[in-house]
Amino acid sequence: MAEIETKGDAVAREIAQEHRDRVGGVLIALREIVARFGFVSRTQEHDVAEVFNLSRAEVRGIVSFYHDLKTRPQPPVQVRVCQAEACQSVGARELTRRVETHLGVKLGEPSDGVSLDAVYCLGLCAQAPSMMVNGRPLARADLCDLAEEIPA
Amino acid sequence: MTTAFVPLDTAAVAAGADAVAAAVADTGAAIIRNGSRGMCWAEPTMEIEYGGARLAFGNVAASDVAGIFQQHERHAKCLGEVSEIEYLQRQTRAVFDRAGTSHPLELPKTTVVEECLGRDPKSLIGEIETSGLRGRGGAGFPAHIKWRTVFDTPGEQKYIVCNADEGDSGTFADRILMEGDPYRLIEGMTIAGLATGATKGYVYLRSEYPIAADVFQAALDNAYADGLLGTNILGSGKAFDLELFIGAGAYICGEETSLLESLEGKRGEIRVKPPVPAVSGLFGAPTLVHNVISFAAVPAIMKHGGAWYADMGVGRSTGTMAFQLAGNVLRGGLIEVPFGITIDEVVNGFGGGTRSGRPIRTIQIGGPLGAYLSPDEFDTPLTYEAIAELGAGIGHGGIVVFDDTVDLAQQAHYAFEFCEVESCGKCTPCRLGSVRGKETMSGIIEGRDVEQKLTIIEGLCEVMETASLCQMGGMTPIPVLSAMKRFPEDFRR
Repeated sequence: MAEIETKGDAVAREIAQEHRDRVGGVLIALREIVARFGFVSRTQEHDVAEVFNLSRAEVRGIVSFYHDLKTRPQPPVQVRVCQAEACQSVGARELTRRVETHLGVKLGEPSDGVSLDAVYCLGLCAQAPSMMVNGRPLARADLCDLAEEIPA
Repeated sequence: MTTAFVPLDTAAVAAGADAVAAAVADTGAAIIRNGSRGMCWAEPTMEIEYGGARLAFGNVAASDVAGIFQQHERHAKCLGEVSEIEYLQRQTRAVFDRAGTSHPLELPKTTVVEECLGRDPKSLIGEIETSGLRGRGGAGFPAHIKWRTVFDTPGEQKYIVCNADEGDSGTFADRILMEGDPYRLIEGMTIAGLATGATKGYVYLRSEYPIAADVFQAALDNAYADGLLGTNILGSGKAFDLELFIGAGAYICGEETSLLESLEGKRGEIRVKPPVPAVSGLFGAPTLVHNVISFAAVPAIMKHGGAWYADMGVGRSTGTMAFQLAGNVLRGGLIEVPFGITIDEVVNGFGGGTRSGRPIRTIQIGGPLGAYLSPDEFDTPLTYEAIAELGAGIGHGGIVVFDDTVDLAQQAHYAFEFCEVESCGKCTPCRLGSVRGKETMSGIIEGRDVEQKLTIIEGLCEVMETASLCQMGGMTPIPVLSAMKRFPEDFRR
């Protein structure tokens, strides 16, 4: 995998420093780096490792464990469609296919302009199927006009 | 001037409540963003105070608002007076009695903490024992045993940890409570701290619930400002600090030891038990871990007494349970009732059958690791014991309804797939068993060597059930085998 560099190292280090003495500080720092940059770069992993006095492998281990800790830049449009049982019972599979056709990408496949990922439960199980567009939850997504809800 | 209530709850917002709220603001009426009452099927709801009553409206669109203010109870979307809505009237709300009544941060911050500050820890634990409260996260373990263990185990620093990593599909009670009545949780955890001698607490919330995070953090700030948290609670000299911690997307972190690892900033890999967290939990210290609803039940128990709580329910399933009805159902939502109500009363009585109008074929009870049941079993009362006799579990109270278009072989395949995606990878039966199970199930769905593969599945499930380190691998066989047992025809097409 190609090394992805960013110029955010000083910021990442600062974020790590800020949370160094907190319970679960590593995870808090990594979450914040992702919130800021969209992902954690290799360089930033090293920065975090140094500040927390951990090995690079340990930080890589943490990053690779959690779905939210992305290691690649995220596209401007991020769509997540719930794949869990309550949504399945009212057409999550059909909804997923519709969104795939609309966006021209397959679920889970990386793409430049848009990401389409599975999510397992948004807590909207009584108004299923549900999806999330750039962090905005949508209930009864089967009734939604995709062209209206998803920015082109 | 009219006051309108439009929920800020995720279920309402995801259905368009913000646009409704904006339309209310345009009319010049006062607006209060309340929590949800749990009638998810009617979201976005809107309530108005009119003629001394509080009228509710369901499935409100922004374009309805002007008409509602003119026509009041004559408007087509009026559900009637809130206190007379059957869906709510038939519930017994001990935990969710305040959720949805007002803005979550405008609710009273404390009802019983002050009184508990003056009580002996042993009497607080005794009250929990009398109540018969059992863990609402899934395992149903008697709460007082955990409380007493934390109290009895020596340790300089003890912890209270709330598991708000509500990842089970079909569940949303934790979210509704945290978005609708966050002080209830703060109070429950504070009392648990006073009883066990723990002075620090953490709420571990899943990252998929951003609104709950905002509301709860604001509630924490308010509680600190009012001296309800910190080193000197209400001038008593007793301390309890509480912090919100947001997860990073991992279903397994709902397992308590995995949650503790994650809270320590590590990979959320599970720990081998024993020792249990009550003896050696966060950073090896005695730690009381409970689900949101377990803690949220505590204030009512302290206020009305353990005996009052124990009077509700059946046998050793005491008190109320917040069932969450979801999936292909007409009126899904939060249903807090005493244990003992039948599945039928929940699914057909409250739920009104399927949303699609087709017959119900199965329900899955207790989340993704829960059993698929047949309609023949719907007369079973919802108690820990009666549901266990079906080889199932109540879990966190989620009930997902499926109509007759469901393919149970696909659902069994999904159970393995979910386990594959969410396994922490620490033990082999779960990490590899899930992958092999999924592959084998694919073969069954394609009709290749079906009988042989079904035997393989049974063997594999036995290994996963008996040899996995935690319930993720240990309970994945439940949805698979329950589906194979009750719906064999779906596996032999």
